[in-house]
Amino acid sequence: MTPPTAHAPGGDTGATASADRARPAIDLQGLRKVYNGTPAVDGIDLAIPAGEFFGLLGPNGAGKTTTLRMLLGLTPIDAGSARVLGMDMPEQEREIRARLGVVPQFDTLDPDFTVEENLLTYASYFGLSGPALTRRIEELLELANLEPRRHARIDTLSGGMKRRLTLARSLINAPEVVILDEPTTGLDPQARHHLWRQLGRLRERGVTLVLTTHYMEEAEELCDRVAIIDAGRIIACDSPRALIAAHVEPWVISLSAASARRFIADPATLPARMLEIADSWLIYTADPAAVHAELESAALPHSTRAANLEDVFLRITGHDLRE
Amino acid sequence: MRRPLLPRPSLRFVPVWRRNLRVWRKLMMPSLLGNFGEPVLYLLAFGYGFGRLVGELDGMSYMVFIASGIICSSAMFTASFEGMYSAYTRMAEQNTWLAMLGTPLTLDDIVFAEAVWAASKGLISAAAILVVASALGLVADGRALLALPVVFLAAFTFGSLALVITAVARSYDFFLYYFTLAVTPMLLLSGVFFPLQEMPEWVQGLALALPLAHVVEIVRPLMTGSWPTGVGLHLAVIVSYGAVALVLATALIHRRLIR
Repeated sequence: MTPPTAHAPGGDTGATASADRARPAIDLQGLRKVYNGTPAVDGIDLAIPAGEFFGLLGPNGAGKTTTLRMLLGLTPIDAGSARVLGMDMPEQEREIRARLGVVPQFDTLDPDFTVEENLLTYASYFGLSGPALTRRIEELLELANLEPRRHARIDTLSGGMKRRLTLARSLINAPEVVILDEPTTGLDPQARHHLWRQLGRLRERGVTLVLTTHYMEEAEELCDRVAIIDAGRIIACDSPRALIAAHVEPWVISLSAASARRFIADPATLPARMLEIADSWLIYTADPAAVHAELESAALPHSTRAANLEDVFLRITGHDLRE
Repeated sequence: MRRPLLPRPSLRFVPVWRRNLRVWRKLMMPSLLGNFGEPVLYLLAFGYGFGRLVGELDGMSYMVFIASGIICSSAMFTASFEGMYSAYTRMAEQNTWLAMLGTPLTLDDIVFAEAVWAASKGLISAAAILVVASALGLVADGRALLALPVVFLAAFTFGSLALVITAVARSYDFFLYYFTLAVTPMLLLSGVFFPLQEMPEWVQGLALALPLAHVVEIVRPLMTGSWPTGVGLHLAVIVSYGAVALVLATALIHRRLIR
């Protein structure tokens, strides 16, 4: 079982397919959106090559969703341009959306229909019908692991099932680009991992994926490249590994607040940087051995891990909570 | 880029209309029961109860008079309900339209489909009344069938007007304003229950400035075996209201959702 994609081998004419690969799947230039004088998106330049799995990260209100909405034609663009698959938004919104898949932040499944009817009805909006569609719906039901629930009403599905159905629905038109706005928010770990596997398979098939998420380990696990957005601007954009190398020390040692107080009372000159977050302290260092020696001589409990994308995020967006 | 003033719906509106039809078919039985049951009750209650006191009106029995009136008012009510409560549910509660905007559909297609769907529901209710009325011997001849396309057009107008209200509504309660300030006055002043000519002239003038009276002016003669007069003017009023309402509804819904 493989998910349907538009890059099926032998299906496309060679010329168009290679032209598609030559230019970015998504090309944003100077993209800007202002609400009541306050910029929500403040000049975003971004090119996402075809076949890339790209993540948009940022605190709440950073402009992630507004950026995606402009890509989809759901928010008017105040300045700059958004090109998707070589076409202009919003002038060619129909043509663009015909080749796009969308997984919205909130479920928009049709509660009046069963699982199967939801797929069928959504397909009709693309003008799809006939035996090819019947086959595709079978494939997607299998992909989403929802075959036994095909006649179930939407309100009887779990949150994870609804998300799987929403992803399956977004693939009905064999899209070349799939846009996912916080697809795993509210899912339990099993459901999240199931979704990750499916997204991984889509990536293998050459589908371009753009996702927003609050979960840094998700972005680190899935994405080829991520952009960190703050106050409507991209403040960093690279592969997760390169971002970690560029922005934080490789090791992180965490301490409880009580331990940290004792430790700070005698601030030895350590090759380290400290950060207070919630009830604990993080010590960032390139030389963990020196810090360990110090902590152990003071008999302070601590734990050590490799730096990750979350550390980068905290470092470059500031660590205070935002709502 | 500025949005063009006039909506440009495409044939893609058809699947949206069919989606609503598919939902309706799931609840068809209670819905049709209402479509048939209500006019029967109205005809029996008003026709027998009231008609006996009134005798003849405009040279026809009160039953005939009222049958040709409620076919119009019922289309108005049905289309208005669909364009407000049901459309609002799809827009604001279920996010049905938002899901559609992930596909090649545009709001122009969606709003147009909703207006056509409201018109279809109005047509269904009018057809049910026509069946009941002819079973009761209240329809003169085959000309009555010509009332159906007129009613469909009128229901499109009332559906579009309702969508304007939906576009600015913040909750279901808001629709009561429109029912109280527009639908009910039209129902009482447009010659549905009694002839418009009985009213003072300024009331007649007011009634003729609104669409329902013009629908009744075309439909009543067709139901009672004669040809309506001034059809061009009546249709012009109905179409004008519908066209302006559709343009306004599309623009307002666009402003509400695409932001």
